[in-house]
Amino acid sequence: MQGKHWISALALTVGLVAGSGAFAQTTVRIAWYSDGNEGEVVSDLLKRFEAQNKDIKVVLDQVPYKAITENLPVQLASGQGPDIARVVDLGGVARYALDMRPYLKDASYWEKNFGPFLPWMRPEGDSSAITGFMTQLTVTGPFVNKTLFEQAGVALPGAKATWEEWGKAAKDVAAKVKAPFPVAMDRSGHRFFSVAISEGAKVFDDRGEPAVIDEGFKRGAKLIYDWHQNGTMAKELWGSVSGTAYRGANDEFKNAQVVMYQSGSWQIAQFDKTVGDAFDWVAVPSPCGAGGCSPMPGGAGLVAIKTTKSPEAVAKVMDYLASEPVLSEFYARSLFVPGHLGIAAKGLDYAGATPQGKAALKVFSDQVAQISPAAYKLQGYANNRVIFNAVISRLGQAISGEGTLDEAYKRIESDIAQQIAERKK
Amino acid sequence: MASAETKPRREGEGAAGLLAAPLTLLMRLVDGPMRALQRLIGERRMAYVFILPNLAFFSLFVFLPLIINVIFSVTGGAGLFPSERPFVGTQQYGYLFDCGSFLDPSSCREDHFWRGVSNTARFTVFQVTAMVLFSLLTAIVLNMKIRARGFFRAVYFFPVLLSPVVVALTWKWILQRDGLLNAAITSIGGERILLLVDPSWAMFWIVFVSVWAHMGFYTLILLAGLQAIPADLYEAAEMDATPRWRVFWRITLPLLWPNMIVVIVLALIKGVQTFDEVFVLTGGGPGTATLMIVHYIYETAFANQVQNFGLAAAASVVLGIVLFALTLAQLAASRRKGAA
Repeated sequence: MQGKHWISALALTVGLVAGSGAFAQTTVRIAWYSDGNEGEVVSDLLKRFEAQNKDIKVVLDQVPYKAITENLPVQLASGQGPDIARVVDLGGVARYALDMRPYLKDASYWEKNFGPFLPWMRPEGDSSAITGFMTQLTVTGPFVNKTLFEQAGVALPGAKATWEEWGKAAKDVAAKVKAPFPVAMDRSGHRFFSVAISEGAKVFDDRGEPAVIDEGFKRGAKLIYDWHQNGTMAKELWGSVSGTAYRGANDEFKNAQVVMYQSGSWQIAQFDKTVGDAFDWVAVPSPCGAGGCSPMPGGAGLVAIKTTKSPEAVAKVMDYLASEPVLSEFYARSLFVPGHLGIAAKGLDYAGATPQGKAALKVFSDQVAQISPAAYKLQGYANNRVIFNAVISRLGQAISGEGTLDEAYKRIESDIAQQIAERKK
Repeated sequence: MASAETKPRREGEGAAGLLAAPLTLLMRLVDGPMRALQRLIGERRMAYVFILPNLAFFSLFVFLPLIINVIFSVTGGAGLFPSERPFVGTQQYGYLFDCGSFLDPSSCREDHFWRGVSNTARFTVFQVTAMVLFSLLTAIVLNMKIRARGFFRAVYFFPVLLSPVVVALTWKWILQRDGLLNAAITSIGGERILLLVDPSWAMFWIVFVSVWAHMGFYTLILLAGLQAIPADLYEAAEMDATPRWRVFWRITLPLLWPNMIVVIVLALIKGVQTFDEVFVLTGGGPGTATLMIVHYIYETAFANQVQNFGLAAAASVVLGIVLFALTLAQLAASRRKGAA
């Protein structure tokens, strides 16, 4: 009798162990920041993934943007990072990225659809790794408060209008309708280079090394400097903070205080939702300068991290998120410009967007064709944030009255050289 | 009818008694080994045994990071672990002190560091002076027999309870372009003032906000000092018809001096370490007009793409030495005063 009890207990134990083995889950942790509603969308998509893949649990840590730019690099350097992260500093994070090629279902699908963007996420010297995909391709460009133009009786400048023409028109409008910000531009290196590259900045020399200060750069810097001196731009953004701090004018634009806001495609979802019918806003093509009309490309990539203990599970999650139907839904619901060539070619139906949101998405999608090689090169450069940070820090000082533009140029060059030298040590 | 008389409680009865029992047991358990240890090392050395737990905690969370910081300051590169970082000797310190003229930050290699030093020095001088004066004045008023004294004491202390970020955000809402202050100014027909965009105004407001936020704490220290001054000294002065300013100068201030030293030292240390309030309120701007030394360290270590931990660590060591020297100077001053 007692023997039977032992057998039953043993069977139960074996059953429990086997059962627990059957339900053992691999946890994949994603660090994710959001500009708009994309956190909700991806969370929804991941729930479906978990329902289809009971053996993988995905934990989505939604963190502030600053945590991605400042805390994540330290976490990654210490080997304590997440398994996957949504990042904007693609070049900076690339050395911690996992080459998923051996684990992916079909590497050729990734090469075919994400080809031009894969080098942005590769460690220096690597020409084959597949480390992630673009959750959004961003394009810089201006948003314009059309209602203010109508109220002021000023015509919107045409598609090939120059920065100067836009600045003058915005200033006229602001003077007539008493708007405090004729032109606002995010305090960001990307936004600055959308001006500088269209003014002819080359950024790199023939050997591919940074040679940031040239005539095109100076034209762009002087334009922004002069705009701050003559009141076309208010000092609250570029001149009010120090160092590398980012400042945007989203709230000011939503409150109809800005006539023209130089930002980018990632703002569409936010404006579409929050502005509503308070006023009419439009996205317009990137203004032109002496070097063309190129916007700056950019965006956020979802990158697998090499310290993960479960590369197979990570690749499975990434394969799912990067698959065409899932990614189409993600882009469409988040109102993002697709960073997937197949989806971009077919076009997306942004069903949830208002007519002005859809129109803005079309403008930015069309602008992709205008992006110059110099702009692509800068975006793909691993140390591009070194350049961006030096520019906003030093130009910001000149704008606020601490030194001249020439002094700022010298500092930009030395800051970049010092930081790159430090990285190479 | 039963008597409502209460029985006198015996010692150790009730909840306290319940707690006392295990404590007594614990003490008895420890007693034996401690006596043995005392016999072994001697009575005088037992003091070290008692401070050992705290010393271990302090070493782990203060001394060890301090040593790591010094190690980082003599290494270079962008690696995180010391093993990944090449030894560069005093190179980082050399970068910090590479200046044409220390009075002109723009002549320095690390100009932001020297702008931070200059701003921090100006901020500390203004802030500590204002803090001591206003705290003293407030403490004197709150020590008088005024109406609703308890209420006012609470009111002045309340900002101390707030988080620095909350303080800074609250004042930002008041001071920004569309803030409460400008709303009030424009409602009476005035022009908007960009209070956080003009460099002089920005420095004034960070000092003002800092004094507003922390004054309550220092007032409390001075109030305690004022209340400890024997009343008979004032009575004697009153009988001698001593003028009030002389009473303040000859009785209040000398007897309050030990508390004043505490206030000055604490305000000085806090002033030099200032970061959070200023970071949220002005972001170190406009330009670098309110960039503090701790903000520079943070930017250098974390905000740049190449996180330069070596340079940031060297700046931290310099800051630490300055703080240590200031504290020693203040302590020496207080001892001399005490001896006199």
